[in-house]
Amino acid sequence: MRERAKSWVLSLLLLAVLLFSWHLASLPKSGPATGMDPEYAKMMGLDKPKSDGLPTLSQMGATVRKQLSNPFYDAGSNDKGIGIQLAYSLGRVGLGFFLAALVAIPLGFVIGLSPVVHRALNPFIQVLKPISPLAWMPLALYTIKDSATSSIFVIFICSVWPMLINTAHGVSSVRREWLNVARTLEAGTMRTCFEVILPAAAPVILTGARISMGIAWLVIVAAEMLVGNLGVGYFVWNEWNNLSLANVIFAILVIGVVGMILDLLFGALQRAVTFVE
Amino acid sequence: MSTGLPPFLQVRGLAKRFDGAPKPVFANVAFTLERGEFVCVIGHSGCGKTTILNILAGLDTATLGEVTMDGREVAGPSLDRGVVFQGHALMPWLSVRGNIAFGVRSRWPDWNRERIAAHCQKYIDLVHLTGNETKKPSELSGGMKQRVGIARAFAIEPKMLLLDEPFGALDALTRGAIQDELTRICAETHQTVFMITHDVDEAILLADKILLMTNGPEARIAEVVVNTLPRERTRHDIHHHPHYYRIRNHLVDFLVHRSKLLQEGRAEDAANEDLPSVVRPGETALKQVR
Ligand SMILES: Nc1ncnc2c1ncn2[C@@H]1O[C@H](COP(=O)(O)OP(=O)(O)OP(=O)(O)O)[C@@H](O)[C@H]1O
Ligand SMILES: [Mg+2]
Repeated sequence: MRERAKSWVLSLLLLAVLLFSWHLASLPKSGPATGMDPEYAKMMGLDKPKSDGLPTLSQMGATVRKQLSNPFYDAGSNDKGIGIQLAYSLGRVGLGFFLAALVAIPLGFVIGLSPVVHRALNPFIQVLKPISPLAWMPLALYTIKDSATSSIFVIFICSVWPMLINTAHGVSSVRREWLNVARTLEAGTMRTCFEVILPAAAPVILTGARISMGIAWLVIVAAEMLVGNLGVGYFVWNEWNNLSLANVIFAILVIGVVGMILDLLFGALQRAVTFVE
Repeated sequence: MSTGLPPFLQVRGLAKRFDGAPKPVFANVAFTLERGEFVCVIGHSGCGKTTILNILAGLDTATLGEVTMDGREVAGPSLDRGVVFQGHALMPWLSVRGNIAFGVRSRWPDWNRERIAAHCQKYIDLVHLTGNETKKPSELSGGMKQRVGIARAFAIEPKMLLLDEPFGALDALTRGAIQDELTRICAETHQTVFMITHDVDEAILLADKILLMTNGPEARIAEVVVNTLPRERTRHDIHHHPHYYRIRNHLVDFLVHRSKLLQEGRAEDAANEDLPSVVRPGETALKQVR
């Protein structure tokens, strides 16, 4: 309990230090402005605090409040609330990830059960796995011709590998004695798959799913920067073009927090299926 | 005990050679089991006891020879033969009841939930695990896990039980308690049992017949020792019976000296020995006295 309290205090301290350094860094700089002709500065737009780059803490606070007070506003194609953008990104990630699971888990089962299939597919997996998912983007755009579907495809292709490899590994390393038990108890193929192999491999499969989800969330931001007209990635890019650093920082924080929540979710799922031997 | 009928379990000319091995682990293994008999196998580590049990279970196939049970050839695992594995082999994600129910559902696929639960309960009570139904194997002691394994095998009401060193990893006290339970359950249900053990005293306590295996490779069953103690025996009184030490000495002598000698002298023996010789320690001595 004491240890807990200590780490809390330390975390808060660290946060305070971070915020304070931010505060120092964002203080209006007097240096270059004084040496400059005020008229000239005004003409160049350098007199406003915004042009100083980093927003101050209070500006940041105002931005966060404004964004969170109405996260789902919709004012035209280039101006939507963060909630809407998040919903689009999560939808794409969810769909791509779901399709990947649909392919990776059954295929991983087959690979894990059959050494022949494993050897046959292994070269393909080894070559395809290290390809950056974004490298698929042009090909996807060319063949699919739709930017939203292309980003779903990119999510699919990056989530498929960790789940596939982990499922195959989990299935192939199910303890022999459990399979023997299933055989002596005359459990059929289906029952053995669903009631023995699946629960036995579930922790490893979910580890793969968790890695996949982490990668998918990293990739969606980049993919949406490239193609999107919606989504958090696009939001970041758009706000950068609007030179609104406060909004960019806000979006970065949101991406981080959502990523963390996704990971916690999968962590909980993983714990639910983990068994003690 | 010859009834004219073919024996319940008949093993003939069994041999097993693993791929890549120059010699078979065992060869020309032959023995029979009658219904309701409790048979123990004793032999040194690595002589092929588990392999024989796996073949009887249908989990492994023999290189040569055949096994018939109840008139039918053993080809593949079956609910007719319940197996208790060396090292319990419980599924850790299932509860005690779940583990037992797994087999019950195979045996009686059309039973409903209540019926299955009631049947499992009967066997949970039988091995004195009442109150632990919903616990996971990781929450049980080694002895309790082994008892779940036994209950799982019994619950499918097999025609024969195959036990692979079921008490190997247990301390003496727990071992004794579970041995007593096993004797009681087998007596109640008239089970036919084939059991592997390393423990000479355990074999004398439980078995009607003890099969002695020579060392591998090319191991075989050299002798069948008939237990000449009365069937109603307990851990506490077997030591007082005059036959006890005769049997025990015979077994220990086999393990220490003859298992090795017989392996070496195998070449000459093999030709003229198909069935192992039957030994009844104590009885010949008694006859001589008379
Ligand atoms: N799958 C296998 N492939 C090759 N050799 C094997 C295999 N399984 C067992 N063996 C060999 O067969 C022999 C007998 O093994 P087995 O497990 O039947 O012995 P055991 O009598 O049960 O020994 P223990 O008393 O130690 O359990 C051993 O020498 C072992 O090395
Ligand atoms: Mg063994």
